[in-house]
Amino acid sequence: MMRPGAMRAFMVKEIRHILRDRQTLTILLLLPLAMVVLFGYALRSDVKDVRIAFVDPMPDDATGAIRNRFAGSARFQVVDVVPTVAAVEPLFRRGAADVALVFEPDLAGRLSRGSPAQLLLIGDVSDPNTGTTIQAYASAILADYQRDLSTARSGMRIEMRTRMRYNPTLESVNLFVPGLIALVLTLVSALMTAISLSKEKERGTLEVLLVSPLRPWQIILGKVLPYLLLAFVNVVTALLAAWAVFQVPFRGSLALLLVASMLYSMVSLALGVLVAAITTSQRAAMIGAMAGTMLPNELLSGMIFPIASLPDWLQWVTIVIPARWYIVISRGIMLKGAGIEHLWSEMLVLVAMLAGFLLLAVRSFSSRLD
Amino acid sequence: MRTLRFLIHKEFLQIFRDRMLLGMLFIMPLAQLLLLANAATFEVRSARMYVVDQDGSPASRGVVDRLTASGRFINSASSASIALANEAMLGGATDVILVVPRHFERDLVRDQHAPVQFIVNAEDGGAAGVMQSYASRILAGYAAELSIKELPGNMMITGAPDVPVAGRATIDVRRRGWYNPDLDYADYMVPGILVIVVTVVGTLLTAMNIVREKEAGTLDQLNVTPIKRSTFIAAKLIPLWSLALLDFALGLLLAYFVLGVPIRGSLLVVFLGGAIYLVGALGIGLWISSISETQQQAMFVSFSILMTYLLMSGLFTPLRAMPEWAQWLAEANPLAHFTNLMRAVLLKGAGLRDLMHQFVMLTVIGLVVLTLAVRQYSKRTE
Amino acid sequence: MSNAIEVQELTRKFGSFTAVNAITFTVGSGEVFGFLGANGAGKTTAIRMLTGLLAPTSGEAQVAGFDVFTQAEEVKRKIGYMSQRFSLYGDLTVRENIALYGGIYGLDDGEIRERSEAMLGHLGLRDSGDDLVASLPLGWKQKLAFSVALVHQPAVVFLDEPTGGVDPVTRRQFWEMIYAAAADGTTVFVTTHYMDEAEYCDRVSIMVDGRIGAMGTPAELKAEFKVGTLDELFVRLARPAGNATVAGGGG
Repeated sequence: MMRPGAMRAFMVKEIRHILRDRQTLTILLLLPLAMVVLFGYALRSDVKDVRIAFVDPMPDDATGAIRNRFAGSARFQVVDVVPTVAAVEPLFRRGAADVALVFEPDLAGRLSRGSPAQLLLIGDVSDPNTGTTIQAYASAILADYQRDLSTARSGMRIEMRTRMRYNPTLESVNLFVPGLIALVLTLVSALMTAISLSKEKERGTLEVLLVSPLRPWQIILGKVLPYLLLAFVNVVTALLAAWAVFQVPFRGSLALLLVASMLYSMVSLALGVLVAAITTSQRAAMIGAMAGTMLPNELLSGMIFPIASLPDWLQWVTIVIPARWYIVISRGIMLKGAGIEHLWSEMLVLVAMLAGFLLLAVRSFSSRLD
Repeated sequence: MRTLRFLIHKEFLQIFRDRMLLGMLFIMPLAQLLLLANAATFEVRSARMYVVDQDGSPASRGVVDRLTASGRFINSASSASIALANEAMLGGATDVILVVPRHFERDLVRDQHAPVQFIVNAEDGGAAGVMQSYASRILAGYAAELSIKELPGNMMITGAPDVPVAGRATIDVRRRGWYNPDLDYADYMVPGILVIVVTVVGTLLTAMNIVREKEAGTLDQLNVTPIKRSTFIAAKLIPLWSLALLDFALGLLLAYFVLGVPIRGSLLVVFLGGAIYLVGALGIGLWISSISETQQQAMFVSFSILMTYLLMSGLFTPLRAMPEWAQWLAEANPLAHFTNLMRAVLLKGAGLRDLMHQFVMLTVIGLVVLTLAVRQYSKRTE
Repeated sequence: MSNAIEVQELTRKFGSFTAVNAITFTVGSGEVFGFLGANGAGKTTAIRMLTGLLAPTSGEAQVAGFDVFTQAEEVKRKIGYMSQRFSLYGDLTVRENIALYGGIYGLDDGEIRERSEAMLGHLGLRDSGDDLVASLPLGWKQKLAFSVALVHQPAVVFLDEPTGGVDPVTRRQFWEMIYAAAADGTTVFVTTHYMDEAEYCDRVSIMVDGRIGAMGTPAELKAEFKVGTLDELFVRLARPAGNATVAGGGG
């Protein structure tokens, strides 16, 4: 039996709770924005300022020429010239150099005699991604040098004309912003509801509500709607920041993006309700929600690390991470201009998750009544 | 000292009576470590390639064969229509599109060079760059092969053979990767993930600790006693600090025995670093707890700080790729220093002397944070 | 040092609201002093200032011979406090709570053991010594909290509405404990709503809107205001102030 009056009174109470705590409200409104801007600027996966060391036991014209090439390149910064390979190790261990180029003695002499010469490129690949990228950059400079050195024509070439579609400048920010938005929406939606509900549980005020004529689903709705409103404001400000500060392209439909964002917020809210329903104290709810979701959300959502790179079994695990689906949708809309015809399956997954979480939460609360 | 002993005993009793808390402290971080050990990887596995072969010649088939034979690309679909290919990419069904234009083979033979078009879904710039470099290396190899061989079919290639000519010098560049020659991402990521899972749970528990007593009213009862502020903070810090260190040790065991992460340096250095680091990390939790009035506030501040910590620590994206101001900020981030330290010790065998900067910074941060926490905690409301 | 508590012009403001307005009084050593007042009259604010939990806006106060504001830590060695909200640890046992506070006040292991047993015997809690405090009934919790506040034999003990919500039998036992403490030389500063309890006090003061509206022995006050009971006096003082509309600040 629906009681619109009681329902409205309950929601007004919830909104009052949120508004009364000015500090929290300010944080809730500003934090998402600050995070998108801060991380948008700071998170870069591209490699620049590579620090190179040379092992040059017998400097001559040829080693000098190669060293100059590196010194002249905007990407490299020469940090040291050492006489032996052994001297490279401490540089790597201190993290003072990323790569070392080892010359063999009498390089110039060998080159002028036309005898084959050898160079050894040692990279610190403890970070495989950065390490191999750096080695590739260094190899490219050496290949240039070699090409200039040789006068002979080098036979057939297949010219590869590459087009980087959707993100031609390979900006990291275009990639990260949709993920960041997902992350802050999780904060506002899932965590806030989890805390607010479990607080009532702890204080016993929830029991007062449960004995009222309100049905469990009405209580949940009343809890959730004000936060949904808050989430909407957050979505809009975060998107504005993405557009105005980072010039992230918006190629697709803004309306669809908003709908998807709200859908994702609702999933997060429902998750928060569920967490509150199954945990016993406020502290447990908070720590559980936060410690349990923070890292998986960042690692398994495709926000930073591509899902395609994961081992197969982990790719299956990512299916249960709501952010993973939202990120596909928001990147699709923002970067690719994809429409609902391309994204309906992801949207459907979110809808199913929403229904599932809500059902479980309502059940869990209802069982407390019996 | 005696007071401290009683207070620490009390904290331990409370922790061990809360089953849920114990589970969070020990099971959650370790489970996450196992789950996420292989999650943080930029490794580009085989990309799905949509082939639009408008030439249909032996040479164009050769291009496709070489790309797929490398294992880096899978020929997921083919058609003659670029429009269909574009649609597939928009729908997320393919990662790259290879277009071999008409007369590819003819041009290659006649002009010695011919174009192919390689369209990459560059949403993820990093992966796109890697795919491009794979493809260009494979195509260069194929071209070189064609130059000295017969084309598939019965056509002779008339290009200059790629053999050393007198007077032409060659340089053979060999590449070698140190510390992680198999390019195993887990080796690099697990030390960092271990640090972060312990940090998240440790910071949260300390951040909730004092404020919880504030909300319960038990803090007032302590505040009317002659406890020193520093004793109080020490009593809050030491139990969780020792449990977090234990957590860290268990995680390290898992990393070594289950996940196969090498430990090349000294464990002593690792634990010395861990002990200092955790003072700072948990101290921040206590500081948050004393500035907060409610657990809700404490949790917001913790969340923001942890997120900032995490994303700006160099754990996932290299520190040195960040703009300069962000790198300066990272100097104040204990997580950045300790992640650095862990990786250097475990993978590179770095010792105390190599890590002076990290040790100094961790100590400074620890001292500053503890001072802040003690000062912030006031027995009297102003 | 004949006075346990001396207060001059003690004032506390919260923004524009003056919770305690220049109160002045003294409490003699060994006295049972009743600190009465309606909800929101400023009793808890005053007690929090005297125990060093809250900084005053202005004024002076001495407890057990020490200045509350410049010698707060010395004062804390000499006082016990039982707050309005039950504030022992629910997740520790009765014995553990007693030992904790004994340890904090620097009792040695022998003293702690001895006093714990004496206290448990006194309270009739000998069989429940190893039960979690959270599982005790309210009345026992309150009596335990009072005993713990006395574990270090303080010169002055502050009790903030110690009998709120407990049954009449327990209230009577509680007052017997208060008299026993006073007989041992402890000064008792107690706030209450119950005017029958006020009659048990050596002296009482009645706070109205942050001021002391009346002070003296129960007999003096009844004579001065020409009323039959303290209850009547309380209602007469409290009503014109309209305290019921003052928001916030419990007690």
